[in-house]
Amino acid sequence: MANSTLSNETVYSKLKEKFGEAISESQEPFDLLTVEVSLAEIHNVIEWLKNEPSLQINYLTLIGGIHYPENTGRELGVTYHLHSLIHNFRIRLKTFLSIENPTIPTITDLYVGANWMERETFDFYGVIFSGHPNLIRVLNEESMDYFPMRKEFRLEDGTREDKDDRFFGR
Amino acid sequence: MSEKLTKNEFESAGYLSSETIDGDIATLNLGPTHPATHGIFQNILKVDGEKILEATQTVGYIHRAFEKIAERRPYNQITTLTDRLNYCSSPINNIGYHMTIEKLIGCEIPKRVQYMRVIIMELARIADHLVCNSVIGVDTGALTGFTYMFQQREKIYDMFEEVCGARLTTNLGRIGGFDHEFSPAFYSKLEDFLKEFPALFAEFDNLLTRNRIFMDRTINSGPISAERALEYSFSGPNLRAAGVDYDVRVMNPYSSYEDFDFIIPVGSNGDTYDRFQVRQEEIRQSLSIIRQALDKMPEGPCHADVPDFFLPPKQEVYENMEALIYHFKIVMGETPVPVGEVYHSVEGGNGELGFYLISDGGRSPYRLQFRRPCFIYYQAYPEMITGQTISDAVLTLSSMNVIAGELDA
Repeated sequence: MANSTLSNETVYSKLKEKFGEAISESQEPFDLLTVEVSLAEIHNVIEWLKNEPSLQINYLTLIGGIHYPENTGRELGVTYHLHSLIHNFRIRLKTFLSIENPTIPTITDLYVGANWMERETFDFYGVIFSGHPNLIRVLNEESMDYFPMRKEFRLEDGTREDKDDRFFGR
Repeated sequence: MSEKLTKNEFESAGYLSSETIDGDIATLNLGPTHPATHGIFQNILKVDGEKILEATQTVGYIHRAFEKIAERRPYNQITTLTDRLNYCSSPINNIGYHMTIEKLIGCEIPKRVQYMRVIIMELARIADHLVCNSVIGVDTGALTGFTYMFQQREKIYDMFEEVCGARLTTNLGRIGGFDHEFSPAFYSKLEDFLKEFPALFAEFDNLLTRNRIFMDRTINSGPISAERALEYSFSGPNLRAAGVDYDVRVMNPYSSYEDFDFIIPVGSNGDTYDRFQVRQEEIRQSLSIIRQALDKMPEGPCHADVPDFFLPPKQEVYENMEALIYHFKIVMGETPVPVGEVYHSVEGGNGELGFYLISDGGRSPYRLQFRRPCFIYYQAYPEMITGQTISDAVLTLSSMNVIAGELDA
């Protein structure tokens, strides 16, 4: 971040020092520190970032899911965008989980606002946030029995014959 | 859960007052289609007479799966989806999305384009806030202001029409800038607006701001504290009304907002009156920003040099092979896009409107997520209205400016 009072290196080294092995990978796409956190430590990392006096990364911007079908054992991802309004510092945390057992601890105990964001991630990707007070679908219809944002669901019905896409480079 | 609470449990929790007429809790459906909700979403209220004991929201009535659709569309066709998020200020969504793509492809935007964008975005902000504030007036029983302010909003829409041909769902601008210069008619309309609007707006302001009835109705209606608002990830006018001066335009300036001189109004109680006042002041600030942008407007082209994304002039397509190739590639959605991951946010009408884009180099995004401020802050609604009256609940809803399109994506 251009006008931030914290640098990516500072935050990363502090994280690494505190959590060591749990912080596995870091990148800086477009100056935004992106770290991959192990599933076991994700709740602790977010809690620590929130409470650590020198960082105060305590504003939750966004929680989202993502699906990489070809990454066996870590197909589903959950991304957290956090923001320190005091230092104007943004950080993105990622964690990956297997599609067989997509369970991740909730952070609704840290941020009330995480409630619907987690419900949305559950709704569309089927990520189960353990400890969530009310983990039901939020935008989709309740009786839906699949998770529509997963990549196996093509947007258009593959059996349609009235449209020929060969001519459109698809 | 809440629905299963019996009357006795409510009584033992101290909710039911002994003076209730029939001594029972009623369930009231506010919405899904009700004039008071200004959009399609439902609130199931448990009421004791006029007093709200608890509320549950149901959202998703107009969910249109934009994030899924975006995963199949070429980048330049996604703009039309963003229109339909906060449809009261579509141009902000359009431009925010364009800026996200520009960040991903590393495109340098000419100063003139940035200033033109600022003008459009601030006009959109005025339109958005006008709807919200005049509707707060309507919900308190003052229809007059609404009719006058909607005439002014109409003028803003006329200007959008002059720029892009559309009024509500604008699809305004292109990746890289604008498809053509603003017309002289736009500038004359804008000058007329800047001349006439402040006086009419002051009249509207006089009608409500120090109006005894309006103040009694709105002060302490639907309040939220700054701490609580931050925990709920509030942003935009609703957060500022609670007293936190977070504005993306200042904190992470985009599109040259750092060149302009404006203030960020903040409230103190986070109630309906403060939300109203914050929006009123933001309208005045937006007018000042537009004036500054017009006065300082630099010379230059109206779009960046990104032939991969910006359609060439039609005449060249007929005469020039390069232009024809670019035209074909853009229209067919075969533009090369770098692999990358980008988050970009702008200050939308309702708060931090973010675009989180993951590109795998394909013709459409691998993942595009919208940070929709409405969806996030609407969670706090039950907490804000519990213990208030039904009429306060309606006011709180309109002053939070919950836009169904943005809520449900």
